[in-house]
Amino acid sequence: MNKIAHSPHAHAPISISKVMGTVMLALAPATLFGFWLYGWPAINLWAVSLVAAIVGEALVVYWQGRAVRPVLFDGSGILTSWLLALSLPPFAPWWIGVLGSLFAVVICKQVFGGLGQNVFNPAMAARVMLLISFPLEMTNWIVPAPLGSAHAPGLLESLRITFLSQHLDGMASASLLGHVKTEFTRGIGLDQSLAGYYAPLHSLVGERAGSLGETAAVLLLLGGLYLIARRIITWHAPVAMLLGIAIPALIFNLIDSNHYAGPIYHLLSGGVILGAFFIITDPVTSPNTTAGQLIFGFSCGLLTWIIRTWGGYPEGVAFAVMLMNAATPIIDYYVKPRIYGRDRKGVSLSAGKES
Amino acid sequence: MKLFKLRGGVHPESRKELAADRAIRVLPMPEYLYVPLLQHVGAPAQPIVNVGDKVLKGQLIGASQGVISAPVHAPTSGIIAAIGEYPAAHPSGLTAPTITIKADGEDRWLETAEVENPFSLTADEISTRVAAAGIVGLGGATFPSAVKLNLSRKNNVRTLIINGGECEPYITCDDRLMRERAAEIIEGVRLIRYAVGAEDVMVGIEENKPAALAAMSAAAKNTEVKVIAVPAMYPMGWDKQMIKALTGLEVPADGRTADIGVLVHNVATAYAVRDAVRFGRPLVSRLVTVSGGSIAEPGNLEVPIGTLVETLFDFCGGFRDKPARMVLGGPMMGIQLATAAVPIVKGSSGVLALTAGEIGKVDPSPCIRCSSCVRACPVGLLPLDMAAHIRAGDSAAAVALGLKDCIACGCCSFVCPSHIPLVHYFNFAKGELMEQERVKLKQESTKKLAEARSERIARIERERAEAAARRKAAREAKERAAKEAAAKAATETA
Amino acid sequence: MIAALTSLTILGAILGLILGIAARVFRVEGNKLVEEILDILPGSQCGQCGFPGCAGAAQALAAGSAPVTLCPPGGRAVVLALAAKLGREANLAGVKEAVPMVAEVKEEICIGCTRCFKVCPTDAIMGAAQQIHSVFRDACTACGKCEEVCPTESVKLQPIPVTLHGWYWHKPNVQAQQNVPA
Repeated sequence: MNKIAHSPHAHAPISISKVMGTVMLALAPATLFGFWLYGWPAINLWAVSLVAAIVGEALVVYWQGRAVRPVLFDGSGILTSWLLALSLPPFAPWWIGVLGSLFAVVICKQVFGGLGQNVFNPAMAARVMLLISFPLEMTNWIVPAPLGSAHAPGLLESLRITFLSQHLDGMASASLLGHVKTEFTRGIGLDQSLAGYYAPLHSLVGERAGSLGETAAVLLLLGGLYLIARRIITWHAPVAMLLGIAIPALIFNLIDSNHYAGPIYHLLSGGVILGAFFIITDPVTSPNTTAGQLIFGFSCGLLTWIIRTWGGYPEGVAFAVMLMNAATPIIDYYVKPRIYGRDRKGVSLSAGKES
Repeated sequence: MKLFKLRGGVHPESRKELAADRAIRVLPMPEYLYVPLLQHVGAPAQPIVNVGDKVLKGQLIGASQGVISAPVHAPTSGIIAAIGEYPAAHPSGLTAPTITIKADGEDRWLETAEVENPFSLTADEISTRVAAAGIVGLGGATFPSAVKLNLSRKNNVRTLIINGGECEPYITCDDRLMRERAAEIIEGVRLIRYAVGAEDVMVGIEENKPAALAAMSAAAKNTEVKVIAVPAMYPMGWDKQMIKALTGLEVPADGRTADIGVLVHNVATAYAVRDAVRFGRPLVSRLVTVSGGSIAEPGNLEVPIGTLVETLFDFCGGFRDKPARMVLGGPMMGIQLATAAVPIVKGSSGVLALTAGEIGKVDPSPCIRCSSCVRACPVGLLPLDMAAHIRAGDSAAAVALGLKDCIACGCCSFVCPSHIPLVHYFNFAKGELMEQERVKLKQESTKKLAEARSERIARIERERAEAAARRKAAREAKERAAKEAAAKAATETA
Repeated sequence: MIAALTSLTILGAILGLILGIAARVFRVEGNKLVEEILDILPGSQCGQCGFPGCAGAAQALAAGSAPVTLCPPGGRAVVLALAAKLGREANLAGVKEAVPMVAEVKEEICIGCTRCFKVCPTDAIMGAAQQIHSVFRDACTACGKCEEVCPTESVKLQPIPVTLHGWYWHKPNVQAQQNVPA
């Protein structure tokens, strides 16, 4: 075996850690806003989740006899737990964050074979696991209490909230989606349930109850656009998902606006923006081709809307993403690029014909 | 002119500024020249000289064998010093049959006649001259040009495209050739057009070569040759990409460019054709770019075929510091040289001495299926899946995904964030498959031979049995005859 | 409960009927397996497996009375192919990956006894009595029979040298790619 290196002898200035780092940079504004909006408990939760992911991954890799440094430093485990933390209720107890992170990184990623081998999005799989195992803690939404404001918990109190699960009175609130669904079960239509509760501008800017990262739609959108500009992701999957939600929402809203919310409502609530730009663009679990990503994104959006409208849960992004992750291999099987000089079926073009 | 949309491709740092503005310099003739007998696609040339023979510059020293082959000529006057194995410029480090010539310092050309009006020759005569001159595709593909000319004439090629793309980073030899010798190139282009009977002629030059565009446009004014700027990207110089950009046509995967009425030649090949047809001079030298971060004075040299790479490095000021890698060709598709003591051949467009920073080598990480490679592939393949199959040992699945269409351009490996050596996997798999083909053919021929042998032995047995039966019959007949004769004699005497 | 019992019984009966019909309708005649195995084997009839020629080995393999590692000239490729075809485990431990070999006659020692070309299964040796023998490299399968019978040891198996023609890139180092062992 010779030591000659194979071409190319040049490389684009990119690496896995750069990719992960750029995504984290895009998430930073929304995360910091979430910290400000919810105060110290949110910071505690986020930190605990990340630490759990790092420690868990390091231990597993060490026990497998693999080198720990390259695995930790590629940043993918940290990014997974960061995304998970953003989808948790901000005042959730520490063990929710730890359990979720460990599940995501150890079971959903390392057990499948490490980076690049998992079928399901680890953050979403962990969120689903937490949601169905601990529905109470996972739906304990809080009215925003920005840092420094009068009713925001102080540092010591925040530690108690996160680590001792001490609940604060008067701060609980339903998320918008949860509220609307509950009112539906009571037979109350949208015109009443949304009144006084829903102000689109607030949703855009983020002053309402929700998970840690879902609130600031504008900041998330900016982060997503930044990723597209940096060519870390392409526009296909995000735009398809947004259309996948907006189009059915619009159609049904026109049919019966009292029972079916409009597109703006759907796009700004829950984890749609986060999901469209950061979750479904996870390279490992989404299709290879841009055409495939269009199908994938649109289906994620459609499923999200269906689950929200007719399903048992108020929020559908996590379930929709996991269902479509299962479909990714079949999308990849049928949607392949056309090879130069061949037609769509792979048969060589005959002479004299244009493609 | 409207250009057609292209797919894939990457934009590496061009790094052409290192050598682009350095005018062509003629390398002083080295003392020894090592001319390999196989510098082209096809059958190797066979030596027609012996050790000790005196040769003139341009004299035929290796004759072409068969249709797809090319001759080799002496790059200078001197004595044949050796005919044997010499290290080849090949990643394996193996040797190849090479003729070594010791230069006598006089550099005397063989007598050749100049043709006043090359356009008065017939197309056949032009083809013959091109074949005799040993001209092969100088863009790097090294396919015998005369064969392409004949094929194109037979297929009534309509469009001639001259490839001035030169998309590899660092390499600027075609750029300088176009800037400094545009008139000669255009004459060669027009000769090729005449030889194949094409109607349209286009010269495609990348946008990042404005001076070359200007020079070639000026030289092509008032001729039928159209000079067109194409987008600067890698691999714009891939002939099928150039065809798609200029004509919108795609070459069928199982066919050649002639099937869609197109012929593509490199600008340097056109220049060599002119030399061969007008002056009767064979291909004995070519332009080579010497560049890279480790070279003291990068430049573009006119180099006799067979010069050792180390001579070029020395002439360009040697190394500033020890290079991390020496490369023959461009950084995207070139081969690493373990030693610089290998000869320049007809397809060598550049030699590079690269620093570690320029190479950007990092240990590979696992594939994250980001599909950057899919977006970068100009052919439209799925490099991530093909590599995964090959790594798992299933090269047949990679073939089903289109491995045979891979041109090994290196775009996928270039953009991979995990630094996975994708093209390396593909070349390994292609080699493995060829080996399996060879083994299968050997098996089939073995079976045939074994059967033939069994048949032969059976036949011998049969013939022996027949001969024995015949002898027996003859013996019995003789005995019977003897008995009858005896009986007759008995009755007669009785 | 009666409903459950009845429905399952009927279901079982119907499915059993379908299986029975399928077994009749889709029956495969003859044993094509032997032919397919024969295709995998090298075909040089060298006899190193102990069976009378490749056909004998194919019969034995199909019958299950021979291991998939029986063919030395086939190397790993044949073992793996046979294992895949027959659905058996391939124990590659004892299989030596043969370097491609070819027989060569050392002309100085050859006495022209004609023993070797009489045993060559592919007629790869050219020669006659009292004439020096020579090997057709393309036809030689390196089965070793000539080496066994040569009285002067002038014909021997030599490794074929690697040339530019047959060289190809090695497989990229897989270890470096997956998470490196500590």
